[in-house]
Amino acid sequence: MIEARFKLNYPGFTLDVDLSLPSTGVTALFGHSGSGKTTLLRSIAGLERVPGGRLVFDGEIWQDDNTFLPTHRRPLGYVFQEASLFPHLTVRGNLDYGMKRRPAKADFQSTVELLGIGHLLDRKPDRLSGGERQRIGIARALLTRPRLLLMDEPLAALDLARKCEILPYLEQLHEELKIPVLYVSHAPDEVARLADHLVALDAGRVVAAGPLAETLARADLPIRLGEDAGVVLDATVAARDEAWHLARVELPGGSYLWVRDEGHPIGKPLRVRVLARDVSLAREEPRDSTILNHLRVTVRELADDTHPALLLARAETDGQPLLARLTRRAAADMELAPGMAAWAQVKVVAVLG
Amino acid sequence: MLNPSDFGAIWLTLKLAGLTTLILLVVGTPLAWWLARTRSRLKGPIGAVVALPIVLPPTVLGFYLLIIMGPNGPVGQFTQWAGMGLLPFTFGGLVVASVFYSLPFVVQPIQNAFEALGDRPLEAAATLGARPIDAFFSVAVPLAKPGFLTATVLGFAHTVGEFGVVLMIGGNIPDKTRVVSVQIYDHVEALEYAQAHWLAGGMVIFSFLVLAALYTLNPTGKKK
Repeated sequence: MIEARFKLNYPGFTLDVDLSLPSTGVTALFGHSGSGKTTLLRSIAGLERVPGGRLVFDGEIWQDDNTFLPTHRRPLGYVFQEASLFPHLTVRGNLDYGMKRRPAKADFQSTVELLGIGHLLDRKPDRLSGGERQRIGIARALLTRPRLLLMDEPLAALDLARKCEILPYLEQLHEELKIPVLYVSHAPDEVARLADHLVALDAGRVVAAGPLAETLARADLPIRLGEDAGVVLDATVAARDEAWHLARVELPGGSYLWVRDEGHPIGKPLRVRVLARDVSLAREEPRDSTILNHLRVTVRELADDTHPALLLARAETDGQPLLARLTRRAAADMELAPGMAAWAQVKVVAVLG
Repeated sequence: MLNPSDFGAIWLTLKLAGLTTLILLVVGTPLAWWLARTRSRLKGPIGAVVALPIVLPPTVLGFYLLIIMGPNGPVGQFTQWAGMGLLPFTFGGLVVASVFYSLPFVVQPIQNAFEALGDRPLEAAATLGARPIDAFFSVAVPLAKPGFLTATVLGFAHTVGEFGVVLMIGGNIPDKTRVVSVQIYDHVEALEYAQAHWLAGGMVIFSFLVLAALYTLNPTGKKK
């Protein structure tokens, strides 16, 4: 358990958080720029000294009124947005730097393999691509065998191709790492793919915190996610329709969705994402529609959306949440209200892998 | 050709410049680090004191050093109390004066190099378990290498070229305080132009070679 309490008040910038973060899995610190997420991460690392702050990691006090453990004595790894490799050292020198200074050592070979950087060891950082630099930054942090990994928008400085190059490595890490990861991001798609828990920050304050699926499905929060409001669902590949290149994925409650067949074997757990704008609601089961996925749902909640013409409806299908973006007029016409049974049509389901 | 007293002057000059540069690198590096990193309000005044020798006439600097190190000056009183005698008109006095005279030429390049580093490399080092002093030597110093090279060359060359301060503080004692620039002045006074040419021409070539080497080897010295 990580307990963090920080209060900062500069003109034009506030940070006021009091958080308990889980000590397993990936916790995304999500928010727009200026929301204080990077400052929070830096305060946890001890790079920023917040007077009166308090930080307890697994029962160890890292900061309180009498204690301030300097960064170099905190057993953490930090991945910066621009990798920040030492330009005067080779890749190997960069990797050795932390290993020489921290007693606990990770397995060099397996870490290098995990991040696919074995062929780069003798290069200088200025001879690397942005994606390679970032992978080395991650390896450098992991090799010190941290008990907490902090990542500050590790993909934000990369173009789309480089992002796609790194995301699989991050997903691999997610599966293999036993330590908690705090991942700062302003990109909803990264959060949806990588996070287990979500802390949403706005103007220096926590607006929502909790398990990812649950938190994303809250109808009162998505306003801040704007166009990207939606849910992330854990599903399993149940069947494949080879003729139509479709796969049927089952949700925990038993409902299922058809998605594009990406070649995943039957039985494989998948994470899928359904955006609110791709879900519509109807009273009757739609027939003769081009939309393949129809789910029986119960409407739970109606909430304001980004525009006065719109609202967000939170609905459930066998315990699984869905968000639907509707016009207020359509909702009024069909007399939509919490508790009502309806049919959700889902146009696009993104498979996150 | 050069006579023995010319060679004496050359040797003395090299010794003075070498020793001064060495002292300045040791003293100037922490000072440059402090100036580059501090948020103290003293940064302005102290930076200005360091830069004073650039704008002051060497005679002014020499005059005050002479008074401070003289029999009634605070430093003079201290050196007499410590049994070291008085510093003016000794080689030691020249070294002290040269350290002040060349201070900005060593401190400023190093300070600029440290400032250009920013916080990030040191933060990265801290997250990898490096104590601040460790990060200083393993990250800041290697990354500021061009600044150190510039500082060394400018500090040395500037000391070789000093004249006014030497005359004020050291006078003109053969093999003790008579450096090349003073020797040239003596030759010219005595109308020994040929002798003066040898030394003066040598200085021009030396200075050119040193600076050419610096700007060729160290093109990144002025990089942001």
